[in-house]
Amino acid sequence: MNAIFSLVAVIVIIAAAFLGASIPRLDFLFGVVFPYAAITVFLAGIIYRVIKWSASPVPFHIPTVAGQQKSLPWIKDSPLESPHNTWGVIGRMALEILFFRSLFRNTKMEMKSGPKLVYGSSKYLWLGAIAFHWSMLIIVLRHLRLFMQPIPSFVLGLDSLDGFFQVGLPGLYITDVLILIALSYLILRRLTVRRIRYFSLASDYFPLFLLFSIAGTGVLMRYFYRIDLVNVKELAVGLFSFHPAVPQGTGVLFYVHLFLVCTLLAYFPFSKLMHMPGIFLSPTRNLANNSRMKRHVNTWNHPVRVHTYEEYEDEFREKMREAGLPLDKE
Amino acid sequence: MVYSVKASLQEILLRKKTSIVDKWVQRFLSYYPSESMKFLSSQKDRFANPVGYTISSSAGAIFDELVGDGDFLVTELLLKDVVRIRAVQEFLPSQAIRFVFDLKEIMRSEIEKEAREKGWRDEFSEVESRIDGLALIAFDSYMESREKLFKIRIDEVKARSFQTIVASGAGINNREKRNGD
Amino acid sequence: MAGPKLKPEELASKIKYNLPPNGWMDQPVEFREGTFNYSGNPKNVEYLQLPNPRKWQPTDPDWQLPENWKEIILEGLRDRLHRFRSLQIFMDICVRCGACADKCHFFIGSGDPKNMPVMRAELLRAVYRKDFTLAGKIFGKYAGARELTLDVVKEWFYYFYQCTQCRRCSVFCPYGIDTAEITLLVRELLSLIGVNIDWIVTPVANSFRTGNHLGIQPHGFKDSIDFAVDELESITGVKVEAPINKKGAEILFITPSADYFGSPHYYTLLGYLALFHEIGLDYTWSTYASEGGNFGSFLSHDMMKSLNAKMYAEARRLGVKWILGGECGHMWRVVHQYMNTLNGPADFLEEPVSPVTGTKFGNARSTKMVHICEFTADLIKNGKIKLDKSRNDNRRVTFHDSCNPARALGLIEEPRFIIRNACNNFFEMPENTIKEQTFCCGSGAGLGTDENLEMRMRGGLPRANAVKFVKEKHGVNFLGCICAIDKATLPPLMEYWVGGVDVGGVHELVGNALIMKGEKERTTDLRGDPLHIEGNRHV
Repeated sequence: MNAIFSLVAVIVIIAAAFLGASIPRLDFLFGVVFPYAAITVFLAGIIYRVIKWSASPVPFHIPTVAGQQKSLPWIKDSPLESPHNTWGVIGRMALEILFFRSLFRNTKMEMKSGPKLVYGSSKYLWLGAIAFHWSMLIIVLRHLRLFMQPIPSFVLGLDSLDGFFQVGLPGLYITDVLILIALSYLILRRLTVRRIRYFSLASDYFPLFLLFSIAGTGVLMRYFYRIDLVNVKELAVGLFSFHPAVPQGTGVLFYVHLFLVCTLLAYFPFSKLMHMPGIFLSPTRNLANNSRMKRHVNTWNHPVRVHTYEEYEDEFREKMREAGLPLDKE
Repeated sequence: MVYSVKASLQEILLRKKTSIVDKWVQRFLSYYPSESMKFLSSQKDRFANPVGYTISSSAGAIFDELVGDGDFLVTELLLKDVVRIRAVQEFLPSQAIRFVFDLKEIMRSEIEKEAREKGWRDEFSEVESRIDGLALIAFDSYMESREKLFKIRIDEVKARSFQTIVASGAGINNREKRNGD
Repeated sequence: MAGPKLKPEELASKIKYNLPPNGWMDQPVEFREGTFNYSGNPKNVEYLQLPNPRKWQPTDPDWQLPENWKEIILEGLRDRLHRFRSLQIFMDICVRCGACADKCHFFIGSGDPKNMPVMRAELLRAVYRKDFTLAGKIFGKYAGARELTLDVVKEWFYYFYQCTQCRRCSVFCPYGIDTAEITLLVRELLSLIGVNIDWIVTPVANSFRTGNHLGIQPHGFKDSIDFAVDELESITGVKVEAPINKKGAEILFITPSADYFGSPHYYTLLGYLALFHEIGLDYTWSTYASEGGNFGSFLSHDMMKSLNAKMYAEARRLGVKWILGGECGHMWRVVHQYMNTLNGPADFLEEPVSPVTGTKFGNARSTKMVHICEFTADLIKNGKIKLDKSRNDNRRVTFHDSCNPARALGLIEEPRFIIRNACNNFFEMPENTIKEQTFCCGSGAGLGTDENLEMRMRGGLPRANAVKFVKEKHGVNFLGCICAIDKATLPPLMEYWVGGVDVGGVHELVGNALIMKGEKERTTDLRGDPLHIEGNRHV
């Protein structure tokens, strides 16, 4: 149900873009207004959300550690699993953000029995996630060549690396293949594993379908229905330099692609996609395991009712005296 | 309870073992919510999935002894492991040991045709009596598990009331009591 | 699943398996004896000045909530979103990847899908979406939002009192979402409308009044310690000193009250007494701070603070230099991650230094409280105590990492170092069941009560299963641990699932092995069991 709802939503978006962009006079709307609006919502939304998160204090020092603490000098600690200082935390966060360390933990396969592959399902999650995220990053960076003149050398380098296999013409990008496979896997996993489907919401399927359509239209434009890149670059550079101009004859497919991207950008700040900035603020990961070394201050540490020693002794004085326990007040 | 299943029937049952046991395990797991079934049946790590592991590793051995000439010694141990799990889960007693009877139905549907053709009515009912024997063991195991639970519960309450007595200031000078709990 | 009793013919006829649910929001919770906790005793709810004291039980149709209960909860949630960044982040960034789903011992042992950590958190998230997010307000159910109703409250009560705050899921979460944090905050919300459990409220009330969960008054405490001193003398022939409420002692020692009242905790207490005597430690017990554990930390942050305040207050009153803490799980989570923030700074104490070895405990320099395992490991490393391992030869030992020491402190190698030096036969359980991946006993966070026994057995199955494995493989007969709740609840768990495995503290093993000056020849271990076992005669 949730999946169908999301699928329909994405189809409606595609249809809207298709119809809209077919009307010549709406070029400006789809080529300039929507992108600017989407970017604005994207940036403002993220800033708003992050500021809102940051406005809530971190009252307690609650890292979840996954390795030996630093205690006695002769016990070897795990600086990345249980970091005791900022460098360690940076290392731990880097492992988490760049390599999905915690997801990878799933893959430990020991004492297994029975068919071999079955236990690997959790490994596939890590693989699927990392393939998707890295491909996504590289593809976004590759797109910089459309925005910048001259094209930065790292973008060109990335380009040739990604097209390393030099298969077909135009050259096949590895990431294009990877991202479609990874997204298909993530969608299928959600649909077929019952326990995952059980808790999956429409907002879990929607971004997957959206991303798949974006990647799909991108692939179509590059390999099957070639569009005029000069036009695209003219538009992109224009947008980027705040002198927007809409070239003619770029093709409907391009506007569909662009509109889907705009949707993604505008949707981003209101969705679970906020895990991207959120991970940096997660208090179980971004704090060092130095809780007893350094005092953590809670800004709202309000007083609570306590039972003082005086009250305690007042209540039990006679019994304490009888038992021969020392008293503060005789 | 030493009696054996006629060789010809035994043969065909052993030949169909994989299919019968698989269905039996699947049926066992189908009593759990469907969202959890996949996990219970596919996660093969015995430590990550003790419930699924216990049933899938025991089912085949139980079947072997049932069909073979065994006297249910191993079966009793294995059944106990399985029933011990059922006894603390969200099942009525009848649901908890129902899986034993399921075996009858599954076996019947697997070999009914062949058995009828070859006129194995008697042999087949012998297998069924052996399954009834299994059910009795399962029933004993279920009761044993439940009784153990109640004993544990009583022990905990006892220990707690002992603590309450001491805490109320009666003092402790009853060594036996402490060493006894 | 358990429904109404079936008639014989219905039982026999083929029932339909696997009825597809209408989605998780439409399955109301059912309370079955053995799987939930009884409500808080109104007398103690009142004593603690918590809202809405009354007689009620979860099985009642009417929970007698205050009229504006919904408002109270939503306001409480709003307030906590502003006070806890953790909550705000954990509500917003979960992607429901499902990595946590099969990591919870309750899910593994029960097969109940709402025991998947992601679902547990979704129970709160759904309400959060409905009232605190734009998408939830507009799209409602399609955005995963859910109206807060009485059924939701019942579900919260059932499932958030089915979480032991062990944080195993948090280790596997790519964003470190911490279900323990969510559980505690939901329990706070429930407490605001008078929904509490007795196994938490009563110990907390006791602790508030008498200083310990069991409600032991000062003279009872002294009796208990004196008794232990006598018993230790009859085993070892050595009369030890056990000062209580002694001003000017160097160190204040605080341990869970179960250590001097519960079994098998008690043998660990004997171990402490023997050890402190042998190294000539200048220390004191306290009757006012006679509880290391903190059941307040299972109820609310405020209650945690209130009970925890006694530790520093007593250290200040007695004028000690630093505090030493005994074997306990959640106590150490509170001490390590909360105490200094809640009740510090402890500037009236000194940076802990072992008076025996001169080792500075730099890792505790601010909080000024040292874990007994850190302390003892240092003693052993420096050769300050003599241990006769063979006195533990009747034990084939494995070690259960208690959740909090493992996942909040990273206290992993210290207890192992001690065990290896105190006994000859030590065997690890499988890697994915120990250390940071350790499985909970299934009874932590206030769930260790007899009325909840079946749920505890479910939750403890993964742990018991791993013990059973090493029992069968290595003949293990002793499950060591460093947590008072473990010591109370692992024995029944072992009795039910495994059989023939004793549970005890690491310092019980130390006490057995410790060679004391002037001791008589030991014929029994601290439990009074003969040291001699068949075919294995000892000195």
